[in-house]
Amino acid sequence: MIELIAQHPIFAALIALVSLAILFGGLLGFAAEKFKVEGDPIVEQIDELLPQTQCGQCGFPGCRPYAESIANGDKINKCPPGGQSTINAIANLLAVPAPELDAEHGEESEVRTVAFIREDECIGCTKCIQACPVDAILGAAKLMHTVIADECTGCDLCVEPCPVDCIDMLPIEETIADWTWPIPPKPGQIIATDRRGVLTPAGHREDAA
Amino acid sequence: MTKTWVTPGGVHPPENKHQSLTQPIGHLPIPAKLVIPLSQHIGAPASPCVEIGQQVLKGQVIAEATGVVSIPMHAPSSGTISAIEHRPIAHPSGMLAPCIEITTDGADTWIEHQGISDYEHIAQRKLIEMVGNAGISGMGGAGFPAAVKLNPGRQRPIHTLIINATECEPYITADDSAIRERAGEIIEGIKILSAILDHPHNILIGIEDNKPEAIAALAPHVEGTGISVVDFPTKYPSGGEKQLIYILTGKELPSGKLPADLGMVCINIGTTYAIKRAVINGEPLISRVTTVTGDAVATPRNYDTLIGTPVSHLLEHNQFNEQAGGRVVMGGPMMGFTLPSADVPIVKTTNCILAPSYAEIPDDEPAQPCIRCGMCAEACPASLLPQQLFWYAQAQDHDRLEAHNLFDCIECGACSYVCPSNIPLVQYYRAAKGEIRHARDEKVKSDHARERFEFHQARIEEAEREKEAKRAARREAAQQAKASPMAANDSTAGSSAADIIAAAQARAAAKQVSPQEQRAKLERTIAATEQRLQVAEEKLAEAVASQSDKQAVFSAAVENTKQKLEQSKSKLAELAE
Repeated sequence: MIELIAQHPIFAALIALVSLAILFGGLLGFAAEKFKVEGDPIVEQIDELLPQTQCGQCGFPGCRPYAESIANGDKINKCPPGGQSTINAIANLLAVPAPELDAEHGEESEVRTVAFIREDECIGCTKCIQACPVDAILGAAKLMHTVIADECTGCDLCVEPCPVDCIDMLPIEETIADWTWPIPPKPGQIIATDRRGVLTPAGHREDAA
Repeated sequence: MTKTWVTPGGVHPPENKHQSLTQPIGHLPIPAKLVIPLSQHIGAPASPCVEIGQQVLKGQVIAEATGVVSIPMHAPSSGTISAIEHRPIAHPSGMLAPCIEITTDGADTWIEHQGISDYEHIAQRKLIEMVGNAGISGMGGAGFPAAVKLNPGRQRPIHTLIINATECEPYITADDSAIRERAGEIIEGIKILSAILDHPHNILIGIEDNKPEAIAALAPHVEGTGISVVDFPTKYPSGGEKQLIYILTGKELPSGKLPADLGMVCINIGTTYAIKRAVINGEPLISRVTTVTGDAVATPRNYDTLIGTPVSHLLEHNQFNEQAGGRVVMGGPMMGFTLPSADVPIVKTTNCILAPSYAEIPDDEPAQPCIRCGMCAEACPASLLPQQLFWYAQAQDHDRLEAHNLFDCIECGACSYVCPSNIPLVQYYRAAKGEIRHARDEKVKSDHARERFEFHQARIEEAEREKEAKRAARREAAQQAKASPMAANDSTAGSSAADIIAAAQARAAAKQVSPQEQRAKLERTIAATEQRLQVAEEKLAEAVASQSDKQAVFSAAVENTKQKLEQSKSKLAELAE
């Protein structure tokens, strides 16, 4: 055997290559099992950026399925609750150009809303409770239901199933605590000579614009 | 002279402090109505503990603190609670906030109150409680509850107590005049603070050198007390907490840390006076010194103003000339904000009401493009890069804003002051900070929603699985029931055949009724059937007689009964054999 190998160096090379291939193949196979990544990390990252209203306006049953679909190449502009800022964030993550929101799936609304049940009209059918994706509606069969406003994401999935139309989507009013300063108008809308405004009798200059 | 350090940046705007210092601190007649907002401080708003129509005395608690970081509110004068509702307050948004309105009776009757003079021998906890119960929040501007600040915890011993008498903002002289007239009481308050904080090694009063009278007034009182008055060159903004700590100690407060982390506590000098009144006189914080100044008022001066006094009341008593100046600013010209209306009340943090004429503080010039001159970066006392922050704020690039330490900006306005393009830089930073906070809140909410959604999904899956399991169990049971005879055989395959036969016979015997009983039963059946047959035949005869269409039915019934009778009879015969 040794002689054969000594006489035909090609066998030595073959044996060496085959044994290396087996060794590294085994190593890679072991590593693939040992360091297996659970789930798809890009899906996690996209899911982080979605607003988690679970409203289904994108056509998927919840935010995560949509995130999975985006990871598989779906369009990123199907999320009206997230709006343009979410589209921009996902575009940034995936390094693709940010499209406009697809109006087919709904429009971005300025004010956030929260569901409110007119309690004396509620018949206690529990249909809204089953529809709520975040378990934000409290109640039992034939008893009045109510919405836990802090948990409501404003997805309005409970409005449709209500047989007596007693659920309203109310806008969340801004309070002093969550008021923020507005961004000032962009500077540079005027040129230097525009600055000489007209002086009023009170010495108060009227707007140069 | 004590060594002081020089902060980076800073500006020297015209001081305009002399106007309001010509007269001593004045007192105003009690206004007809006082409006006390429930949130005048950082932390949870107080909750009302009075009812509409209730009589209250001066100093009575009208709203209680809710939680640790909160302060109670007291009636600034005696009278009747006339409303508990949303009112406009001093806030740049112009929004309404919950307030308590007191219609004063003019008698100004104090509630029974008592202080303690022997504070050195009182437990620190008790003193802190007294400060908290007096509703004292920082009077410099931010309004952080003083009792919380004075309780840094055992693991952070305090070695330096800094009293902030800087008052660096132009126009404001509230602290200056208070020191001139109340130096003794202020020093007494500092001694109480020292007792609360376990007598720190260094007690420093930081004051700018543009207040020589105040420094002179403090001098006789601090002698022999270990308190040192440190004066340093005037520069805006030296009065910021971080800036003052650096000026006095040369230590920089790291980003996101509190002075207590460095073993320091920084208290406004107005607050020390309030603490003295609270501990020694037993009086809650119901009034403060407020500067009323600006060219649009006839007599600029300082007033000892009751909390809740409408700004309009102050202005009326100063012959406010609405023609000369169109707006009223709460706070100074650098950091203050224009009030939405003059009907808002003075709160615990209101150190100045500025009514400038148009000539004095003209309206903002329109902003022009940033030319990258870099003057803002030179002026910034926090060593930030204001122009970079400005670009990122415009682009709403939150990551980069945070990377450039937007949250270290103290909003002093030095950058806007020096900007040759009149860009309202601070407003951009405020807006950006608000947006970032908002985004953080949203993130917390959406994470919470995701958690709840995932739990919801898991719960539904679990329920589905349970249902499926039950269904499977039922199916199994049904199949077993169907296969039971075979299963019974299978299950007993191990035992001998004789045993099985014996068991089967025993079961059959148990089922078998005795022959006598069977015969009796059959006889009864035959008797009953014979009777039925008789009745049926009679009915058939009747039907035949009356030609009824039910003939067929009756004849069938008769046949049926006859058959049954025969069956029974044959069974009886079998049994007899």
